Amino acid sequence: MSVIVNEVRKGFYLDSVALMRMSADIAASDGVDDAVMMIGTPSNKQIMADAGLLNEEGERAGANDLVIALRADSDGDANRAIAKAKKSLEGGTLKSAGNSVQPPTLASACEQLPEANLALVSTPGSYATREAKAALRQGLNVMIFSDNVSLADEVELKQQAERDGLLVMGPDCGTAIIGGRALAFANAVPQGNTAVIAASGTGLQEFSVLLSRMGGGIRHAIGVGGRDLSDDVGAISTLMAIDLLAADPLVEQIVLISKPPGQATASRVFDKLAASGRAAIACVFGYDASSLPAEVAYAGTLKGAAELAVNAALPGNDTPTAQSLAAKLAPARKSICGLYTGGTLCTEAQIVMQQAGLSVTSNAPTPAAVADAAHEIIDLGADEYTVGKPHPMIEPAVRTPSLQAAMTNNDVAVVLIDLVLGYGAHANPAQVVAEALTDASVERPVVIASVCGTAGDPQPLQEQIAILQDAGVIVCACNADAAQLATDIAQLKSA
Amino acid sequence: MSASDLLKNGPTVVGVGLKGFVDDLKAQGAEAVAVDWRPPATTDPAVLDASDRLTNGQLGSRVDRANQKALEKMLAADPVLIDVRPAGELIESLGDHKILHAGPPIEWPDMCGPMQGAICGAIVLEGWAKDLAAAERLAESGKIEFEPNHHHATVGPMTGMTTQSMPLMVVENRAFGNRAYCAINEGLGKVMRFGGNDDSVLDRLRWLESTLGPLMADALLANEGVGLKNIIARGLSMGDEMHQRNVACTSLILRELAPAIARVTDGDTASEVLKFMAGNDQFFLNIAMVMGKSIMDPVRDIDQSSVVTAMARNGTRFGIRVSGCGDRWFVADVEMPRGLYFPGFTEKDANPDMGDSTIVETIGLGGFAMAASPAVAGFVGAGSAADAIAYTNRMIEITVGRNPEWTIPAMEFAGVPTAIDVRSVVNTGITPTINTGIAHREPGIGQVGAGVVNAPLSCFEQACVALAEQSS
Repeated sequence: MSVIVNEVRKGFYLDSVALMRMSADIAASDGVDDAVMMIGTPSNKQIMADAGLLNEEGERAGANDLVIALRADSDGDANRAIAKAKKSLEGGTLKSAGNSVQPPTLASACEQLPEANLALVSTPGSYATREAKAALRQGLNVMIFSDNVSLADEVELKQQAERDGLLVMGPDCGTAIIGGRALAFANAVPQGNTAVIAASGTGLQEFSVLLSRMGGGIRHAIGVGGRDLSDDVGAISTLMAIDLLAADPLVEQIVLISKPPGQATASRVFDKLAASGRAAIACVFGYDASSLPAEVAYAGTLKGAAELAVNAALPGNDTPTAQSLAAKLAPARKSICGLYTGGTLCTEAQIVMQQAGLSVTSNAPTPAAVADAAHEIIDLGADEYTVGKPHPMIEPAVRTPSLQAAMTNNDVAVVLIDLVLGYGAHANPAQVVAEALTDASVERPVVIASVCGTAGDPQPLQEQIAILQDAGVIVCACNADAAQLATDIAQLKSA
Repeated sequence: MSASDLLKNGPTVVGVGLKGFVDDLKAQGAEAVAVDWRPPATTDPAVLDASDRLTNGQLGSRVDRANQKALEKMLAADPVLIDVRPAGELIESLGDHKILHAGPPIEWPDMCGPMQGAICGAIVLEGWAKDLAAAERLAESGKIEFEPNHHHATVGPMTGMTTQSMPLMVVENRAFGNRAYCAINEGLGKVMRFGGNDDSVLDRLRWLESTLGPLMADALLANEGVGLKNIIARGLSMGDEMHQRNVACTSLILRELAPAIARVTDGDTASEVLKFMAGNDQFFLNIAMVMGKSIMDPVRDIDQSSVVTAMARNGTRFGIRVSGCGDRWFVADVEMPRGLYFPGFTEKDANPDMGDSTIVETIGLGGFAMAASPAVAGFVGAGSAADAIAYTNRMIEITVGRNPEWTIPAMEFAGVPTAIDVRSVVNTGITPTINTGIAHREPGIGQVGAGVVNAPLSCFEQACVALAEQSS
């Protein structure tokens, strides 16, 4: 027993060809025998009547009205088809030909990509907050690569996101790896069961690279920004990240990489980490390991964290001994000059030197750093160097003037540098370094480098290492090894 | 998309800033799209702060809701052309020595050449001075009262002259019961809307008053009015955008009125009147305008709504009104149109942008419906149909929604972008695109070209600041 249903929309006109296309679509619906949408002119009504689709409702339609008429198997089928027809009349949401064009706003980008779930904001810092807010309004998680975002803005954004159940990574979040996809600056590392939460970029990169060299892999690596663990922000993103990772059955262990958290925040973070039900490692530079809960293992360096995570030792590179390198240096050369593009690598180098008893000066000081020490480790990616300039990982030539000054400074024994490869980074940073160095045949400081990269990166690791070695650079297996070798040389020179 | 969806499904990314990051994601097989990001056009921190406050948080949600209400009222409108009456009968306060003009308020010394020329012509037409020279002295003397059309539910193209004896078309918005008025289009060439004021101009206006106006009124009465929404819907599918191109809608309204005109008068008069209407492709423009005014007036005064209810220019300044700020005008210096000129004229001859016809863009037509009218896009220098679509797509960025009853075939029947949001204009730096005729800067010469012009950003910035102040 079939039913005939007519619905009239008063004062509605649409081109008949468009209506025929929509009609065919409705007629093909389950349980619908035939369907038509037509303007209610006398001739159209006759057509509908002849097709056995018109009832007294449709009969009343005028020449300026639209009739939806259909015959269906049941009232339920008819109602569903009417609803579908009305929805197709809302049309208005379609946008054509623009889809090949770059959308001018975040909102229209979301229309092009309705399944989007993350905004990656990398505008100059002064605009980043506005864009991040717009992203949250669209229901997107946000990764804020931009730096120079105020603390107040960070707190406001993270509190808003927390209310909305969304994650804010950053600001100044250089890297993340979600479900095997590298975001912004990240290396090509295999997927695995280790999850990382990191306050900043290069710590996460170095850890993931070293882990992969020892056979490990990354499930997710979430950047939270350098201030997230401060008491001002209260670890909003870190705490959310721990919950998210603890809910992921593929995560077997969680590694936290950070500067020491704020006093009020530390116990909340570590207690949550301890209660995550996963193996937990805290790589918290210069932190008192004894204050960690028993469930959380402590690592003092990135190398140490990676070794702990895979329960193996990182093989070292075949480099000359500290004695042989020190012996070639002029007596006046005593100091280490570190020129870093990676912020966390800069921190790790200071930690290694301080643990060996050296005093260090830095623009990005660890708590143990002092002013006017013989050894200086500079973070060239710090905010004061990057306002209005590219980050040195994008444009390593930013480091060239400092590098040339260090090479011609007769007090410098060791120039300690990092190279960061991977997505987002410069296409050939080793070449830029090689061109900045003085002639290796003339007496000069020892140049020690580590390269944070993998064979799968856009800049293949072995090629980068070869370029450095050809320029007379000593290349260590990791940043901690490089800092250790530099420390050994400095200690021999001051003995 | 919640945070757990992100980890479960992996990232699908909108990149805002460095395009390289999006390319890297695509190279890894992730879905990603890059926004064509550029810094906001607004640099004044007070303006950015105001638009931020109006966009975010609870206030942002309240403004969103108010704008949705504004859009609903616009879409619910049912404008019907019902009558033609002398302005003095329709507008109570419009008597001797009072002239309504286009755009925001302006006084005689600040008026451009065509506006002053039209004023002089209107004074002579009404018999307040015996000739144009006397009319100019009268206007200068301060004894003529000037007021915007918009203050009296009225609109007028270009100079927009409205005086007591002129016949005005009446549109009733039957969904809300309000009425709006506009004079009858005079045709092309030397006309008062472009500042024309000689005898031929005044004689034509007298004919509109004595013959066409009353006849149209009778025909409309016989027809019980003409519903306008459907005419617009059909016109869009026939290549009109109702600002620069009205040939389809003019034909459609003629089709509605011709049988009744033939019935209510003698053959010669009917022929004369129909010939006049048929000989002017822009006859429908004034009907589209008065329809627009009738649609927008019920939208005024929605608390906290940032939807634009009027855009109008007086040849010197551009003004907008915003729903949440009621009848207040936000004005800035008007810009020069860019376009094509008739033979013998250049941009040196052009008058700055003028007229109330921007009410058409305010309801989602004109420059907003450019995609419906590739012919117009060509005329204003956007060559291809794809360029025309790009114009409409840009307007989608600054509007609250789309009109499902006014659709554009070339865009898969997408609705025209509707309800301009001042927040979006400020946040994106995209200002409304207006299709416009270009008047000669000296009175009486008439139209010298056509083109596009943008509404000045400053109007929208001021409105944002005022709305934010009012809401704090």
